Amino acid sequence: MPKRTDIRRILLIGSGPIVIGQACEFDYSGTQACKALKEDGYEVVLVNSNPATIMTDPDFADRTYVEPITPEMVERIIERERPDALLPTMGGQTALNVSVALAERGVLERHGVELIGASIEAIKKAEDREQFRQAMWKIGLEVPGSGVARTLDEANELVKRFNYPVILRPSFTLGGTGGGIAYNREEFEELVRHGLDASPTSEVLIEESVIGWKEYELEVMRDKLDNVVIICSIENLDPMGVHTGDSITVAPAQTLTDKEYQLMRDAALRIIREIGVDTGGSNIQFSVNPRNGRMYVIEMNPRVSRSSALASKATGFPIAKIAAKLAVGYTLDEIPNDITRKTPACFEPTIDYVVTKIPRFAFEKFPKADPTLTTQMKSVGEVMSIGRTFKESLHKALRSLETGSSGFERVVLQRSRVGTLHAPTDVEKDAILSWLKTPRAERIYYIAEAMRAGIDVAKIHELTGIDPWFLNNIKEIVDLEARIVEASASGGLSSELLRNAKEWGFSYEMLSALTGDDVEVLVKRGSEAGIEPVYKCVDTCAAEFEAYTPYLYSTYERPFYNITTGRSRRAECESAPTGNRKVIILGSGPNRIGQGIEFDYCCVHASFALREEGFESIMVNCNPETVSTDYDTSDRLYFEPLTFEDVMAIVERERPYGVIVQLGGQTPLKLSVPLERAGVRILGTPPDSIDIAEDRERFDGLLDRLGLKRPESGIARSIDEAVSVAGGIGYPVMVRPSYVLGGRAMEIVYDEPSLIGYMSRAVEASPEHPVLIDRFLEGAAEVDVDCISDGGVVVIGGIMEHIEEAGVHSGDSACSLPPYSLGADVLDEIRRQTRELARELGVVGLMNVQFAIKDGTVYILEVNPRASRTIPFVSKAIGRPLAKLATKLMVGRTLEELGVTEEAKPSYISVKEAVFPFIKFPGVDTLLGPEMKSTGEVMGIGMDFGRAFAKAQIAAGNTLPLEGCVFISVRDEDKAAVEGVARELKEMGFSILATKGTARYLTQRGIEAEMVYKVIEGMRPHVVDRIKSNEISMVINTSFGAKSVEDSYSIRRTSVEMGIPYFTTIAGAHAATCAIKAIKKEGLAVRTLQEYHAGEAALPGTG
Amino acid sequence: MVQGMKERKRAILALADGTVFEGYSLGAEGEVSGEVVFNTSMTGYQEILTDPSYRGQIVTMTYTQQGNYGLNPEDIESWRPWVEGFVVKEPSLYPSNWRYLKGGETLDEYLGRNGIVGICGIDTRALTRHIRESGAMPGVISTVDDVAENLVEKARSIPGLLGRDLVREVTCTEPYTWDEGLWNIEGGYGTGRAGVRHRVVAYDFGIKRNILRNLFSAGCDVTVVPADTPAEKVLEMDPDGIFLSNGPGDPEPVSYAQESIRKLMGRKPIFGICLGHQLLALALGAKSFKLKFGHRGGNQPVKDLTTGRVEITAQNHGFAIDMDSMKGVARLTHVNLNDNTVEGMEVREKRLFSVQYHPEAAPGPHDSSYLFERFVKMMEG
Repeated sequence: MPKRTDIRRILLIGSGPIVIGQACEFDYSGTQACKALKEDGYEVVLVNSNPATIMTDPDFADRTYVEPITPEMVERIIERERPDALLPTMGGQTALNVSVALAERGVLERHGVELIGASIEAIKKAEDREQFRQAMWKIGLEVPGSGVARTLDEANELVKRFNYPVILRPSFTLGGTGGGIAYNREEFEELVRHGLDASPTSEVLIEESVIGWKEYELEVMRDKLDNVVIICSIENLDPMGVHTGDSITVAPAQTLTDKEYQLMRDAALRIIREIGVDTGGSNIQFSVNPRNGRMYVIEMNPRVSRSSALASKATGFPIAKIAAKLAVGYTLDEIPNDITRKTPACFEPTIDYVVTKIPRFAFEKFPKADPTLTTQMKSVGEVMSIGRTFKESLHKALRSLETGSSGFERVVLQRSRVGTLHAPTDVEKDAILSWLKTPRAERIYYIAEAMRAGIDVAKIHELTGIDPWFLNNIKEIVDLEARIVEASASGGLSSELLRNAKEWGFSYEMLSALTGDDVEVLVKRGSEAGIEPVYKCVDTCAAEFEAYTPYLYSTYERPFYNITTGRSRRAECESAPTGNRKVIILGSGPNRIGQGIEFDYCCVHASFALREEGFESIMVNCNPETVSTDYDTSDRLYFEPLTFEDVMAIVERERPYGVIVQLGGQTPLKLSVPLERAGVRILGTPPDSIDIAEDRERFDGLLDRLGLKRPESGIARSIDEAVSVAGGIGYPVMVRPSYVLGGRAMEIVYDEPSLIGYMSRAVEASPEHPVLIDRFLEGAAEVDVDCISDGGVVVIGGIMEHIEEAGVHSGDSACSLPPYSLGADVLDEIRRQTRELARELGVVGLMNVQFAIKDGTVYILEVNPRASRTIPFVSKAIGRPLAKLATKLMVGRTLEELGVTEEAKPSYISVKEAVFPFIKFPGVDTLLGPEMKSTGEVMGIGMDFGRAFAKAQIAAGNTLPLEGCVFISVRDEDKAAVEGVARELKEMGFSILATKGTARYLTQRGIEAEMVYKVIEGMRPHVVDRIKSNEISMVINTSFGAKSVEDSYSIRRTSVEMGIPYFTTIAGAHAATCAIKAIKKEGLAVRTLQEYHAGEAALPGTG
Repeated sequence: MVQGMKERKRAILALADGTVFEGYSLGAEGEVSGEVVFNTSMTGYQEILTDPSYRGQIVTMTYTQQGNYGLNPEDIESWRPWVEGFVVKEPSLYPSNWRYLKGGETLDEYLGRNGIVGICGIDTRALTRHIRESGAMPGVISTVDDVAENLVEKARSIPGLLGRDLVREVTCTEPYTWDEGLWNIEGGYGTGRAGVRHRVVAYDFGIKRNILRNLFSAGCDVTVVPADTPAEKVLEMDPDGIFLSNGPGDPEPVSYAQESIRKLMGRKPIFGICLGHQLLALALGAKSFKLKFGHRGGNQPVKDLTTGRVEITAQNHGFAIDMDSMKGVARLTHVNLNDNTVEGMEVREKRLFSVQYHPEAAPGPHDSSYLFERFVKMMEG
């Protein structure tokens, strides 16, 4: 059945900012969908507020709206675009929820928009817990005993029928927000309250616990002729109780007999049919009782999901692309399998390797967050790895994580001098056992440690619930480790032992740690024994058919030979490097705070640019969520860890013209010096310049040479030194370890005791790295500049003025391009300094500089001669693909040739706003500081600052109020500045509630303000009571000093939990006021990125 | 050596074209020969081992981790394993599954007890690619002879499957009846059913038990008869329908069965699977040919030309019916979407139909189990 011709224009909704539970996998799916639909001649209208996505590149959709994904805004887009159809299944829960809202409001019907991919009925049946349960019963499948409660009383009534523990899940939330496990009545009531709040429908599902059962997922696809195929089975290593997004997962399922697997498959087919997902992909989760095989259905996502991205990368079957084709009427048998070409997409992929996914967490950013893994997702990213065996794949995944792990490091036990382990003490054993009982991010290391301590697999299974199959594989690794240690102590590793270790995924770095031999020595020994990695293809079919797409992973295999053609003993390698001119792009690894989708965006652009320049593009990355790891993004894809060993092996195989390290963030950057030392050509800015920028002393020398200023600073290697340096500079000071990402462990300290406290923590954390101490420029304006250079000419990409003052990490600060308050002379000075720096550092490619401006003086805070997090935002704001241009410069083009010699000066304003995960971490303070905490970002574009900022706020989920009561409480220094804000709010009809001092200050100046108690004052109702009873619609609260910060914590926390916008800086409050005014005065209109770039946005009635 | 942390003997797999893989012993020690083929199913090794259709073959599993859930007393498709040899990348020494705990064995134990010689630790993907490119070919696994040249020589000397009647080696010697139904998690194989509606005589060319279980659960009273049972004897039993089973090897030399089938055609409804399908086609006058490396796995897409729908099927065959030779002989009903080979046919007037693939699954998907119902309907007239 061919594609539909009765629809022409299709609206595609993205997933918005990266948040926990919804990351760049939806950029991957949306980008695939865009490409697939355009390929078939449909006109694609896209809405997504996330500028860091590839899908929002103006080249992808026909018309791209970087606008908030709210029903109101999308309705405006529908009114303007009149699409024939809406595809709601590519943008995660966000797109699904907005689509449901649009349908319920009658918008779709009113404008004749057909929902394709999944009907409202199907979405509701899958998403509404009660309807889903009924549906499962109808088709004879079991679900855990459960019920839905809408009030606490209902919940208490319901729970009487079950045994504790019970699981709570609020309806219609993503990543299990507000869910959890209750082991007793008290915990239960707390979670019910939390869950009812978190659910947009005020419903919470209460389930009998299946904690400890095995967890499986199937990825299912169906076409309109009712052909159904399973793309992939996934088995979770962590049993039920840990959110699947936080679990280590493995594909394919390992421990099901065929009889059990086929019953699960039958169930999946019945489910997708009963729920009525007519076309496209779904993800279905099952749990299985390990004692008797009894199977429960847990849930179904009637859309592409994080797991479908994983399944796509794990099998080579592009689920989102095929789902898009099915949505427009194709059937599975009409769509070719891109990888084999000769066979159709209508089949079930089979694999001949093991895929392991490990989530990446960011608890170090939120020290107060509970690191226990539960049914609410907490991870911020993930890695995937491919190996021929589980052992190899698990090892590769561990070193892909970018946590400094090169395998199963020891975490409790120490090795004695001779390399053997001492007998574990009782204290050590207890420490290990307690780690096993509670699922946490690092538990996998403690499992290995438990084995080293002699704790048997049965005991570990009992404590963790992890299937003995996985545990025994880890045990085999630990046993081999012991043999390696033993062998090296008694004369060295035999080549057979070394081969075995490499086959099981041991890295040379780990082997070096175990044997005490240098990595180079071991590598040489391996290579002399013919132990070298080979590359195998991910081909969807376990080699049954020839693969045409070079999607590769490394492994160690044994050689074979043919006696008639002579004994050339080589292991088979399928990489078949071409003789083309080629460039390797090193990707950015797992998403984490400080290094996210922005860098993947840059790498993808590099790939496109290389193709345009006639180079073969080779991508290396290990993040399954990304566009960069799509098999058709680059000419060749190596799905590999980004360690020196793994990268070098690829370089040796491919022999590229050069390697690009400056686009993937810190991960590849770390490799630049070692790679260069190994004789690899690093394209663009020389690695030495990176070193100059990172090395404090060399950097100071550079600034001196150029006559540029930076805040006074010093370096301390001890507490005493720190005290004396800080004393000399004067408090407050900014302190941080010398080599950091995303402001890791960076703090502002206001006095000596805090400094001593910080030093005792930080220096302990990294003894070999000194601590940097800078004068903190309080109240300074901060500016980010991205520029591009070909080594001669430097062109400013964009100047972004932060909304928040200095002290808030640039990744967490909102910013405006162009700047909204700085004068022309300051901007010119910033341009001049940027150019000087770029020239002096010999930048070829991108460079980012952070400036602080205080009292008219420009200070340099930081220089990064590489792509920054803001590159995608700037590229979209100015209409120039900076990463792509930079790549072309790296392979020899000049800016003049590319026609980029002048700074672009857009006529509209673009505002970037950060998005935070605070809602997922109860108990964590939401106050911003120099340590980055945001997971994602949004962009708002408007013809003036107010409207651009308003859009950015709405897109970030901060619903700015148009009426009601604003709470204001500011420190004395801010009182004068807040006066204007308060007056404007008052004029717009808001009432004002303020704490004593602020209320008095405002009232004295003729601004009526009602007084409210601080929490600390001990009188009720205090401000938090008023927030909780929904009397306050916006919060403005600045604080200073530890006590004040602590006092105001509950205000910020309650605001987050109640979903009330809050501003902790005067600048933020001012911008918000501006935005409210703009909305009230003119409303918000929608425009496409293409219109903005063409200068066509400023039409009558525009936003 | 250290493969699998267990001291294993060395083993060699040598192919007739001179290709040699050196690995480690799995299961029994000794030397075996057979046609080397590969199977892409990720689960179901126990059913594969016990499928009589693998008689004469050394089976390579493309999925790397085998033996994960052990072998249990239930998942068997006949009374013994039939593969000549077994090739895997990594056998699990520590199976884990609740069914394994009920008297199960590890892969090594099971193969060892049954005298099946295997090899592990070799690059099974390279072997698979080699077979894909060069075709299925004779091979030898040995743990006793470590001279590769000798083994290659032995591989060259063993007969191919073409023209060999392997059915005689796997069929039963006496007729028997069947009283076991399909498997479920709670009760294992059921013995109850709604009521017997039809009597079926099943020719055993190497029948898989799950075919019998499907027939039983569909309400058939099944008598299994040896492959060489004459048509007259079957007709004397006056069944409502006749079933032609799967089996190993080349259909062509199994002329006695073709002859019986010719006599039965038109007299009783007939349903054939795999080798049964091929024998039926030959009896009708079509031709068979040997595929380069066959279809073995659980993910083969087959299109039902009547409904336009696609079934994901379990397959295990090295021979196929020539599409052109079927013209005017039978109506093509099913086709393989990967290579457009014949997957099913029917002759309505003669009340007979057959499929090349395995609707009984075991291992594999259940998409095609409706065919047993279709057979029952046919018998109902």
